[in-house]
Amino acid sequence: MSWQWFHRLGSPRWFYQKSSAWLPWLGAAALLLLTVGIVWGLGFAPEDAKQGNSYRIIYIHVPAAFLALAGYYIMAISGAIGLIWKMKLSFVVMRAAAPIGAVLTFVALFTGAVWGKPTWGTYWVWDARITSMLILFFLYLGVMALSGAFSREQSGDKASALLALVGTVNIPIIYKSVDWWFTLHQPATLKLTEASTIDPSMFYPLITMIAGFYLFYAWVLTLHTRALILQREWRTQWVRELMGTSSAARG
Amino acid sequence: MSSFTPESNTAAGSPLLSVQGLCCERDGRQLFAGLTFCLNPGTAIQVVGANGAGKSTLIRTLIGSVSDFHGDISWRGRAFPRGVRSMRAELLYIGHNAGVRRGLTPLENLAWYGASEREACEALEAVGLFGFEDLLCQQLSAGQNRRVALARLYLPDPAPLWVLDEPLAALDVAGVQSLEARMEAHLSSGGSLLVTSHQPVHIQPLAQVDLADFQPPWGGTLDDARDFPLAASSVDREVRHG
Amino acid sequence: MPGQGGARRAVRFSRLPGFLTLLRTEFILAARRRADIVNPLLFFVTVLAMMPLGIGPEPEMLARMAPGLIWVMALLATLLSQESLFRNDYEDGSLEQLALQSQPLYFPVLAKVLVHWLVTGLPLALLSPLLGMMLNLGAAGYWPLFVSLVLGTASLSLIGGVGAALTVALRRPGLLLALIIMPLYVPVLIFGTGTVQAALDGYSFGPQLAILGAILATAAALAPLASAGAIRISLEN
Repeated sequence: MSWQWFHRLGSPRWFYQKSSAWLPWLGAAALLLLTVGIVWGLGFAPEDAKQGNSYRIIYIHVPAAFLALAGYYIMAISGAIGLIWKMKLSFVVMRAAAPIGAVLTFVALFTGAVWGKPTWGTYWVWDARITSMLILFFLYLGVMALSGAFSREQSGDKASALLALVGTVNIPIIYKSVDWWFTLHQPATLKLTEASTIDPSMFYPLITMIAGFYLFYAWVLTLHTRALILQREWRTQWVRELMGTSSAARG
Repeated sequence: MSSFTPESNTAAGSPLLSVQGLCCERDGRQLFAGLTFCLNPGTAIQVVGANGAGKSTLIRTLIGSVSDFHGDISWRGRAFPRGVRSMRAELLYIGHNAGVRRGLTPLENLAWYGASEREACEALEAVGLFGFEDLLCQQLSAGQNRRVALARLYLPDPAPLWVLDEPLAALDVAGVQSLEARMEAHLSSGGSLLVTSHQPVHIQPLAQVDLADFQPPWGGTLDDARDFPLAASSVDREVRHG
Repeated sequence: MPGQGGARRAVRFSRLPGFLTLLRTEFILAARRRADIVNPLLFFVTVLAMMPLGIGPEPEMLARMAPGLIWVMALLATLLSQESLFRNDYEDGSLEQLALQSQPLYFPVLAKVLVHWLVTGLPLALLSPLLGMMLNLGAAGYWPLFVSLVLGTASLSLIGGVGAALTVALRRPGLLLALIIMPLYVPVLIFGTGTVQAALDGYSFGPQLAILGAILATAAALAPLASAGAIRISLEN
């Protein structure tokens, strides 16, 4: 069967065993990039002329916001693959991606609020991007709540995958409409500067941080997927053998 | 009632529905494995098994509502899932939830299933609901509601394959006898029948498939072992569908 | 020959409820459950009557808030009434019978959503001038409010139908339904209130209505498909 490789790819067991090999390398690369980016961005990048040192929070805020949105698409695409090709693994990836994405969205919102205090003088502003981020957070919560609401795992998988897909269709519409809403309601006193051209000395550490966040995301997603695989397949022979050997090794 | 073997029915020609090595699971628990039988024109099969043995899951797999299964099912030689469509075109299914809308009258319910008023009246008379056709179904008793669903069997030109999940439940003695007569008439006109029932069904010819004979093996290959419970779960997960 | 007979019977038997039969059945059912029609409207009016008690009776403030308040309440009223959209049919098995037919579920879903809109969204829109008056809405806002509610609540019914189909197999979906559907309502809310606001500010509200219409067209094309998929998933449960 020519499709056999595909189904093996979809087998959680196969993924668990293969990922063991490259997982440490991925983690090491992510941590290395993050360390370099943080030290570079917080320690060596120049101070901003207007905002002083407070701008440095973009080294967390921007990569988190990037991945919050990308994570939703990663989640939805895994769900779609699961719905179309009935791959068990991709549903597990979808479930694993949801809380990670939600946490990243929360981090983006939180750092945005912390950044807003010195910049705008208030923690929360109904700015277009913040509002969109908040709605994205709600979308994540919806997918997580729906996937947890079914007692039958497969139904939860499929239902939340469909909801994630519906969300994907909606996200561009939501972003556009929130943008429009904001231009309509923008108070004159609160002038938000568009992200002006950024100096290369500030930009390179940012790029490093974004790359580091992507690798970190991939690492955490793999870890979480592996944990969910063990949780789902705890009845199977191979998980029991795995658990048996590891506890035997420890004991 | 003879104990069923797959070979005993194959003489009558090509089977309508054939099931080979079917395994179904629910909530990660394997219900049965290696289920093999075939259903020919003019014959009936009664599926028996304890509560939670997977009768309803089997029925819902065979009508294509549940798509998670291992093994082969085919309808007129066409394998599932491709065969589902042509099977459904020739299917009359009455499930545990019988498809009777409580906010409609029996007459309106049958009209929703495509019956003309005259056909619907005749069918309702045949199930003993003459005089009730204009009451709302929510005002009728459980047995009468079941009869409204069963009235679909008395509409002219019924579909060749009947799949009935516990059709005898809530029926009185006369109702059971009349339904059995209708089933036999259906079989003798070349139709076929798949039925689950806890009560004995007195029709000829009838073969039985007992799900207890197809318990999943406890040893077996790694792949088979995937969804075995460590201990027999006493939780009845089939409450919803009986 | 049984084969030929089977084919002939199949043609006869698969005569399904057509779109008009589906619509008529839904109307009959809706007409016999009048409380389901009246309760969302009463909710809409009652909660809006609470608003001045909560935020104070100053006419200027009420006038400023009126479009948003009326729209948010329309959102909630639609959402609350949507929970039962597929529930009865799921529980009595007729949804499964529909899913067994060879025709796509798109049209049955569309028929149900259409009737839902006719008995909740449209009456809400018809009531809106009364509420506009109670909340001191400017005279320029009445017509845009009505038209935007007519278009917007139809989209809300369609989008909410996806949520109702996704949660129909769950025992108590109420709050979960709100959680998964509310974010998807955002564009309709923004352009609905935007229509009224533009009219009150003396601008043309045509563009906003056009966008609401575009949202409605997209929702009418896609939402029943998603609902149909969700129904099949729920029936597998």
